[in-house]
Amino acid sequence: MENMVNIKINDKEYSVPANSTVLEAARYAGIDIPTLCYLKDINEIGACRLCLVEVKGARGLAAACVYPVNEGMEVYTNTPRIRQTRKTNLELVLSAHKKKCLTCIRSTSCELQKLCLEYGVDEDHFRGNNNEYPLDESTPFIVRDNEKCILCRRCVAACKNMQGIGVIGANDRGFDTHIAGAFERMLGETSCIGCGQCVVACPVGALYEKDDTAKVLEAIADPSKHVVICAAPSVRATIGECFDYAPGTDVEGKMVAAIKALGFDGVYDMNLTADLTIMEEATEFLGRFKEGKNLPLITSCSPGWIKYCEHYFPEFTDNLSSCKSPQQMFGAMYKTYYAQKVGLKPEDIFFVSVIPCTAKKFEVTRDHQNAAGVPDVDVAITTRELARMIKQAGIDFRALADERFDDPFGIGSGAGAIFGATGGVMEAALRTAAEVIEGKPLEKLEFEDVRGTEGIKRATYVLGGAEIKVAVVSGTANAKKLLTAIRNGEEKVDFIEIMACPGGCVNGGGQPTQPAVVRNNVDLKTLRASVLYTADRNMDLRRSHENSAVKMLYDEYFGHPGSHKAHEILHTKYVKRGLN
Amino acid sequence: MKKKLTSVAFNGTPEQEARLDAVIAEHKGEKGALMPILQKAQDIYGYLPIEVQRHIALGMDIPLSEVYGVATFYSQFILNPKGEYAVAVCLGTACYVKGAGLLMDKLESLIGIKNGEITADRKFSLDATRCIGACGLAPVLTVNEEVYGRLTPDMIKGILDKYN
Repeated sequence: MENMVNIKINDKEYSVPANSTVLEAARYAGIDIPTLCYLKDINEIGACRLCLVEVKGARGLAAACVYPVNEGMEVYTNTPRIRQTRKTNLELVLSAHKKKCLTCIRSTSCELQKLCLEYGVDEDHFRGNNNEYPLDESTPFIVRDNEKCILCRRCVAACKNMQGIGVIGANDRGFDTHIAGAFERMLGETSCIGCGQCVVACPVGALYEKDDTAKVLEAIADPSKHVVICAAPSVRATIGECFDYAPGTDVEGKMVAAIKALGFDGVYDMNLTADLTIMEEATEFLGRFKEGKNLPLITSCSPGWIKYCEHYFPEFTDNLSSCKSPQQMFGAMYKTYYAQKVGLKPEDIFFVSVIPCTAKKFEVTRDHQNAAGVPDVDVAITTRELARMIKQAGIDFRALADERFDDPFGIGSGAGAIFGATGGVMEAALRTAAEVIEGKPLEKLEFEDVRGTEGIKRATYVLGGAEIKVAVVSGTANAKKLLTAIRNGEEKVDFIEIMACPGGCVNGGGQPTQPAVVRNNVDLKTLRASVLYTADRNMDLRRSHENSAVKMLYDEYFGHPGSHKAHEILHTKYVKRGLN
Repeated sequence: MKKKLTSVAFNGTPEQEARLDAVIAEHKGEKGALMPILQKAQDIYGYLPIEVQRHIALGMDIPLSEVYGVATFYSQFILNPKGEYAVAVCLGTACYVKGAGLLMDKLESLIGIKNGEITADRKFSLDATRCIGACGLAPVLTVNEEVYGRLTPDMIKGILDKYN
């Protein structure tokens, strides 16, 4: 039994866990206290003064997000004094905020805007310094507009505490305080990995993905271009949130229908190349394991993780799987094999991916990602950008009838589907590796030990008489912990899956933003992942090596997994980057 | 506002680095140690350029952004080197109302650098200071330890000439 205390919230009695904050306790009373800086498990600094409450007997107002409950405490959350103070504090925040709300990318999903409306603030009550800052567009993935920044420091905390990176911080003081790199370096000059966790933490429009939708729309309008798109496993599990579906709603059919309505020449399922990745990666692992070379093998699907490894753990780049990510494999395969098959020129193909990720925008620009002599993927757009295109086109998403991905690349297995959740790649690889080694079907396909949102998961399996130690990591701070232990010889692992974002792609930096009131109270990672595990469970095809489209690719083109041709087209190289 | 950062090349010596390493080793793993380390580093180098801050960040295993954040929060830390002749104009209340702002303008145009900068030959640096407690002499400027009071803009050239 948890230790409980009795408190009163707005004169009503509640029994709440003794280790709660007032903010958490208020949920028992069905009250959401507003927060602009607080974000559960990420930023707990009591700075924005929006969550102020009255505590009987306390000297001033208390910041609910960091104020612990105690026995007999009496709290008021909605008095005239609180309403007036919150309103004044909002007006002070607005005094230094660029109020370009009409055209702001976060208009209607802005946490500040919502509170200002609720509290009826006068947006011009105070006038602050309104310093001018240049727009930071120095990376291919993230844009920072410091004139809209409200200095909540959620992005700083996400980068430093959650991801263990810390390329941004608060510089200077007073009105001059601003968030930037050390020595005013633009993001592109730092060792930023592009994970975008800062973007999904931002309550306002100060951080957003670099919007590439114009390039896609231009290509669609160009009759000389063959424009196709493939959708990453997790996008169907999250894009519904942009159309008022509850988190954890599978909208695959509607998503496909909406994309088709946008006018693409082909709409494909990236689960297929997730399966293809498994064929190559499982083969690579078995080869390395047999030779005892470059172990542990570390997965390479997450471009944020790859960039992290190259910057922060360059001694592990030989351990990375040489497999391209499913996104890049798809473009590479399409512009080589399929272009030849149907008589298209690679340069006439405009290949788009929709992904949950900002770092993928960097991945498309990397070297050794151009199998047909042109970039494998032309543009990577995030879940949010696709939703924006659908809305702009006037497509009534919720009213659409379900449609299916196009042949011949519309087939993905359940193993491919779970790529979008932490542990999914490992489980998919184990299903295939186990059956290849044992030469017979698995009795149980689920590898439960590698599921769940814990930051580091470990398991040991016996395959073909040999013991294989695996680890699954999500969030780069956790990667840092595990790799440091391996480097120091404290831990030995054979095969590691690493995803840059905590929880994996379902919680990626390109996913729909959710306000603090949702993120503080709902386990988004688990809810979204459940869509993928449910889809896997309901499928007949649950093993990558049984995917008929994958078999067709090997039969008609690649020969066998790990073949010379596969290496030419589906594999890549890494670099060692400096630390900035 | 973003700070104007020096373009003057770092010229730290191995001896200075050894002293900084000793300071870092002394405070390694200590909570709240960044302030005293930055203070001692500034004693050693005279200022806190990126090379020094990065050395501290790596030594303490904390992000450079955190070091820089602290270094720019407190006015006691300086990021740009001082010149052979460090010119400082008091912009405290008394000096300011007696026209210290005009002195600053004149200095900027005569030396050819802005407030907070240093000349490429490292001869002059120019800074604004808070009240230095010589209000009776307002407006006041100092060149290293030398104090000049009751100034008007047309007296600036004569002062600078003494150091040229």
